[in-house]
Amino acid sequence: MCLAIPGKIEEFVDRDRHFARADISGVKRQINVDLIKEQGLQEGDWVLIHVGFAMGKISEEQALEQLEALAILGEAAQSRAEAEGYMFEVESE
Amino acid sequence: MKYVDEFRNPELIKKTAEEIKSLVGDSRFRVMEVCGGHTHAIYRFGLEQLLPDGIELIHGPGCPVCILPMDRVDEGLAIARAPDVVLTVYGDMMRVPGYEGSPLEMKAKGLDIRMVYSPLDALKIAGAHPDKSVVFFAIGFETTAPATALTVLQAKEMGLTNFSVFVNHVTVIPPMRAVLDDPDMKIDGFVGPGHVATVIGAGGYEEIARDYKKPVIVSGFEPLDILQSLLMLVKQLKTGEARVENQYDRVVSWDANPTAREVLARVFELREDFEWRGLGSIAASAVKLTEEFKDFDAEVKYATLLARHRSERDGDGSLNRERHDDAPCGKVLKGLMKPHQCALFGRECTPERPVGALMVSSEGSCAAYFNYVGEKNKIG
Amino acid sequence: MAEEFPDRQIELAHGAGGKASRRLIEGLILPRLSNPVLNKLSDAAMIDAGGRPLAFTTDSFVVKPLAYPGGNIGSLAVYGTINDLAVSGARPLAILATLILEAGTATTVVEEALDAMAGASSRSGVPVVGGDTKVVEHGKADGIYITTSGIGEPVPGINLDPETVEPGDKIILTGPIGDHGITVLLARGELDIEADLRSDSRSVWPLVEALLQSCGQSVRWMRDPTRGGVATSLNELAGDSGRTIVIEDTRIPVRDVVRGACEVLGLDVLHVANEGQCLAIVAADAADRAIAAIRSVPGGEDAVIIGAVSAERNPRLIATTPYGSSRIVDMLVGDQLPRIC
Repeated sequence: MCLAIPGKIEEFVDRDRHFARADISGVKRQINVDLIKEQGLQEGDWVLIHVGFAMGKISEEQALEQLEALAILGEAAQSRAEAEGYMFEVESE
Repeated sequence: MKYVDEFRNPELIKKTAEEIKSLVGDSRFRVMEVCGGHTHAIYRFGLEQLLPDGIELIHGPGCPVCILPMDRVDEGLAIARAPDVVLTVYGDMMRVPGYEGSPLEMKAKGLDIRMVYSPLDALKIAGAHPDKSVVFFAIGFETTAPATALTVLQAKEMGLTNFSVFVNHVTVIPPMRAVLDDPDMKIDGFVGPGHVATVIGAGGYEEIARDYKKPVIVSGFEPLDILQSLLMLVKQLKTGEARVENQYDRVVSWDANPTAREVLARVFELREDFEWRGLGSIAASAVKLTEEFKDFDAEVKYATLLARHRSERDGDGSLNRERHDDAPCGKVLKGLMKPHQCALFGRECTPERPVGALMVSSEGSCAAYFNYVGEKNKIG
Repeated sequence: MAEEFPDRQIELAHGAGGKASRRLIEGLILPRLSNPVLNKLSDAAMIDAGGRPLAFTTDSFVVKPLAYPGGNIGSLAVYGTINDLAVSGARPLAILATLILEAGTATTVVEEALDAMAGASSRSGVPVVGGDTKVVEHGKADGIYITTSGIGEPVPGINLDPETVEPGDKIILTGPIGDHGITVLLARGELDIEADLRSDSRSVWPLVEALLQSCGQSVRWMRDPTRGGVATSLNELAGDSGRTIVIEDTRIPVRDVVRGACEVLGLDVLHVANEGQCLAIVAADAADRAIAAIRSVPGGEDAVIIGAVSAERNPRLIATTPYGSSRIVDMLVGDQLPRIC
C-alpha cells in the first residue's frame, strides 16, 4: 500500500504553517504538514508525501549512510578473496 | 529525482543482489512482503529475477483495495445513489468491482462519482458545493488514516454539514497475525511496510518479532531499499535472530509519530471486527469514527439507506454470489497460492474483467503478476 | 482472426485505445465491414484512385478539457489526422472536419477551437477544405466533438508492413513521452497539481519526411503513440509482427516533470498518450542515419533508439532494466488512473 514520494518544501502557504507548497521534480502540489510539524520543518526540507500530506522528513545523512553502506558491500569479501589468492600462489611456489 | 534515483542505482542493485546470493548459499527461506506497494515494486523492477532460488517471495495481504469485501464497495455505491451525493474516491477504487459494477462503471451510468488524489480535495468539493452531500470513500492502512483524520478535524473546524466519510481504514498487525496463525503458512520473516511505519514507528512491529520469533525488516520501496531489506533479513535468518530492524531509517524512526497517534486516537476507534476479503472476519483490525465525529460518519448519516440496502442484500438469496466468494483470492492474499495457480487467473479473471480486487488494484499480486510477468510465468 | 465481441454493452474502456478498443474493432466492426483494405487496420487506408495511390484516414477527437496548455481540441483534431497520414508514409494533402456542437456551448469556446484548427492547419500547410457541423442537445457532446478525415499522397518506394519487421531492427522514438496525457490530466483540475508542462501536440510530418527521405527503404513500420501510449503501439506491433519487442527503460526519453507527475500519481509513462511523437522500426544498418536525419529537423533533436526487435516469435513487449531484470509491458486496459496505494 501507500504510494509516497519525496518532495521539497518550497514555501508555507498559510500563516499558521499547516500547508506548504511542495515540489516533486517540477510538479507542484499544496500539502498539509501537520503530521511533521514537531520535527521542525523549514523551506528547503525534503519530506515524504502521501495523499497530499507530509508523512515524515527525509534525512539526507541517513540516506547517504545507507548508500555508502551498500557501496562497500562485497569489498571486504573481495579483499579477502584476493588475499587468499595470493596465499595460494605463495604456497604453490 | 532526488531520493529516488540514488536508490535505483544499477551498480548498487547488482552488488546487493550478489551479496544476497552469496549469503543465502544453499539455504531456503520463505519471506513475505506484506505491503502491496512492495509487491508492485518487486514486479515493476523485476527484483525477483535478481534473487537466488533460495529466497521465495510470498505476497501478503497489505493491499487495502484487495481486502475490501465487495459488499463494502456496494454500500459505498448505494450511498452514491442517494440524492445530491457526490462520492469521492481514490483512483485505486474506481475499478474495484462491487456485485453490480465498479465505481467507474456506475459513473458512466450517471452517478456523481469523482476521483480525488487527497481527502483534502474532497473537502474542497464540499466547500464549493454546499448543495451537495460529499461523501469520501476512505481506504488504506495506518499510513492513510491520519490524512482522513486531519481532514475530518478540518471539516469540523470549518463547520461543514455536507461532508462525511465512509470509513474502511484497516490496520496492519492483525492480518500479519492472521497469516502467521494459519497452520498452512510457513513464513520465515517479513519485509515490513515502511510507510505504515512512518505512523506506527518501526517499533510497531515489535510484537510480531516477539510473539512469533520472526524477523521484520521495516523497508523502503525503491529497489535498493527492498534488496537491502532482504539482505538484512537473510543475515538474521542465517544466525537465527528475530528482531525488528529499520532499513528505512531515512524517514522512519523507532517511535510512532506523536501527532498522528494523537489525531488517530481522537478521531477513530477500533471496530470490534471487520470482514476482510479472503481472510474472513478479523477482530480489532479496522476503525470507525468516534462519537465526537458522528456528524461526519457516512454510516451514521446514511444509516437508514444502508440498513435497507443491507436487508435487501442479505435477504435476497437469489443473488448469485457463490462464484465470487469462492474465488481463491483469500489463498492468494495469504500467500498460500501464487496468482497463476488460481484457476480463474488469465481466464475469467483478467485486469479487464477482474473477478477479485487482487486483479484490479495495480498492487494486487494478481494484477502485478499478470501485467509484469505475463500469463505464462516466463520472462526472457 | 477476429474473435467475437463478448461484451453486452459499450463501456468507456472500449474507447480507451487498449485491449478493449482492439476487441471492439476486431470483434464487432471488422467482421461486418470486412474488405482487404480495412482488414489491414493500418493508420491510413491506401486507395487506388485509378492507378494513383491515395492515403485516406479519419479520427475523432473527444477531449476534456477542451483547452489545455499547448493545445485545444481544434489543433488536436488537425494534427491528429495529419500524423495518421504521416505515419502511414503519406504526405498530408487536405483535411475535412466535422464539428458536433453541444447546444449551450459559448461561442467563444467554438471560436477558440476554430482558431486553433486554423493555426494548426496553416503551420502544417494542410488546408481544411470542407466539413460539416451539427448541433446536439445540451448534455451530449461535452461541448464539442470533432472528427477529421485526411487525404494524403503516399511517398513512393516506401513499404510499411509489420510483417517485414526483422530481428535486429531498431526502434526509434522521436522525442520525450508523456507530455500530452499528463498535461490534459492536470488540466482537468481534479488533482490540484501544477506543472510547467504543455502538450506535445504537433505535426510529425517534417520528422517523418526527413526519415523517409534519408532511408525510406529501410523503414518497416511507423506509428504515432496516442491513446494507450508507447506500450499500446509497440504491443500492436508485437501482435502484427509476431515478434517480441524489447525496449530499455533507461533509453526512453521522459521530461523530469512528466516523470515526477507519473511517480506522484503512480502512472506508467509508457501508457500515457502522446500527440507529437512518432515510433519507427528501421533496419539496423540504417538506424544511425535515421536518427541523424530526424535530429536535423527542428523539433527532432531528441530522437533516440529505445530498443530492438528480437528473434523470439512470442508477440509481446518487454522492458529491460539496467541491472539485468525485465518486465512485460502490457497494452493499456481502460484509461490509466492515478493511484495512492
